[in-house]
Amino acid sequence: MIGRLMELAYLVAAVIFIYGLKWMASPTTARKGNALSAVGMLIAILVTLLDRQILSYQLIIVGMVVGSALGVWMARAVKMTAMPQMVGLLNGFGGGASLLVAAAEWHRLVQPGALMSTDTAVSIYASTLIGGVTISGSVVAALKLQGWIVPDRPVLFAGRHALSIGLFTVVVAMGVYLGFEPGTVWAFVVMNVAALILGILLVIAIGGADQPVVICLLNSYSGLAAAMTGFVINNHGLIITGALVGASGIILTNIMCKAMNRSIWNVLFGGVGVVVAGSSEGGAALRAKGVRTITTDDAAALLGYGQLVIVVPGYGMAVAQAQHQVRELADHLHKRGVEVLYAVHPVAGRMPGHMNVLLAEANVPYEALKDLEEVNPNFERADVALVIGANDVVNPAARHDHASPIHGMPILDADKAKHIIVMKRSMNPGFAGIENELFYDSKTQMLFGDAKKSLLALITEVRHLE
Amino acid sequence: MTETLITGIVIFVLAMFVGFEVITKVPSLLHTPLTSGANAISGITIVGSAVVAGMGATRLAAVLGTIAVVFAMINVVGGYLVTDRMLAMFGQKKAPEAKR
Repeated sequence: MIGRLMELAYLVAAVIFIYGLKWMASPTTARKGNALSAVGMLIAILVTLLDRQILSYQLIIVGMVVGSALGVWMARAVKMTAMPQMVGLLNGFGGGASLLVAAAEWHRLVQPGALMSTDTAVSIYASTLIGGVTISGSVVAALKLQGWIVPDRPVLFAGRHALSIGLFTVVVAMGVYLGFEPGTVWAFVVMNVAALILGILLVIAIGGADQPVVICLLNSYSGLAAAMTGFVINNHGLIITGALVGASGIILTNIMCKAMNRSIWNVLFGGVGVVVAGSSEGGAALRAKGVRTITTDDAAALLGYGQLVIVVPGYGMAVAQAQHQVRELADHLHKRGVEVLYAVHPVAGRMPGHMNVLLAEANVPYEALKDLEEVNPNFERADVALVIGANDVVNPAARHDHASPIHGMPILDADKAKHIIVMKRSMNPGFAGIENELFYDSKTQMLFGDAKKSLLALITEVRHLE
Repeated sequence: MTETLITGIVIFVLAMFVGFEVITKVPSLLHTPLTSGANAISGITIVGSAVVAGMGATRLAAVLGTIAVVFAMINVVGGYLVTDRMLAMFGQKKAPEAKR
């Protein structure tokens, strides 16, 4: 009877999660939605503690206290600019938990006298594979985003696809072998190690600007890993909840890929960001054309006497941590009666919605943050498009250059503004390794330097305008 | 394949569709909090972790289970708190801005 009631309680928790996610759809209800979802989690945890299979609470309590303390500390300490790696890392912990539960269950069920059904065995191996890929992949993604040990650019080597396929085959083969010889410790260990290396291989080959896709994909995996755990311990609440998160990650992955006009396979296995084939000729022609630069006071005049300025933020703004200066400049422009909008490309930055979070941190009202479809018709009436550390998302080559690696990617129409000011550290090409036609446009003027310093100088100049 | 597994798969597939329906409506503005919020929910593995740690079927299983509890709890607590921190920024009153 208690077992049945517990099932119902898990269902209640799952329904609460669904409502919580539903409320995430609007900025006004999202915070409540998140709190509601936390209540669902509390219910699930409390119900679990009533489970009669639990003989001792000591270890559970120790684990919960330690985990909660670390969780609180991480959530408090993390800077908003470090959010992508934080989310990546948290994903990893979820996947790691699934991996460990699978291993613990396996060890219990191969003891003499215990019986492991084929279903459970398959669930355990699936959980090992997905959980293992999630934890090692997430750690590599977080290291890449943090800029530690693993470089931001794709790390490629000959035969990596063959190696990945080989590792996957090893996981399956070990699963089959364990079917005949249950309890073979070495086979289970090999399976775990292969899954972990597979996760590393999958992420290490993906470059910085493709990280939004990786984060979404790992998010999806962590959900699927949780669902697999649900299959292992036969808990429907876990299956539903894991599936919800899995679905969420899949949808976001899809949105990110569409925003780059690339397939998921191309992102995962394409290794974009290293090869610059075909674009060098056009690039040389462009470079011969040269760029125009602009002084801070001229730029300030353009901005201060305009009617509409559209700010196009990119990863460069995040690196320079210039979001507060952006907002301050916008404030001064507002005072002069200039309308300021923000054009946020879906893949700008290193995770979905990255720019929105940074600008929200700087108190930019979310009504001013416009997505691609919403903002594009406005560029034609904009006096200035102020591009801050964005590159590929404003490259007009995406529209017409069939040879370009970013051809077909929906871009922000910054080139349609009357003037374009590009703030950039140097003329280094963007992530896709291609020259940006926008920079060589006759309407474009470059303002070189660190975004934060340039913005501070601009603010001073704008304040001195009559 | 047993009946239990079939039931599990049915539930899994239907829940995926519910997820697709709900998440599609979230605007790109909130994609980061959505990712980290969903991530916190995936910490539901705490349920499995706690049972495994509490059963303590073998010494190894107990140790693995306890580490799993730590991991899942970091995921849950860290995930919800950090999401809340972000959403607090989106919800805050921007009166001074509006007046200008």
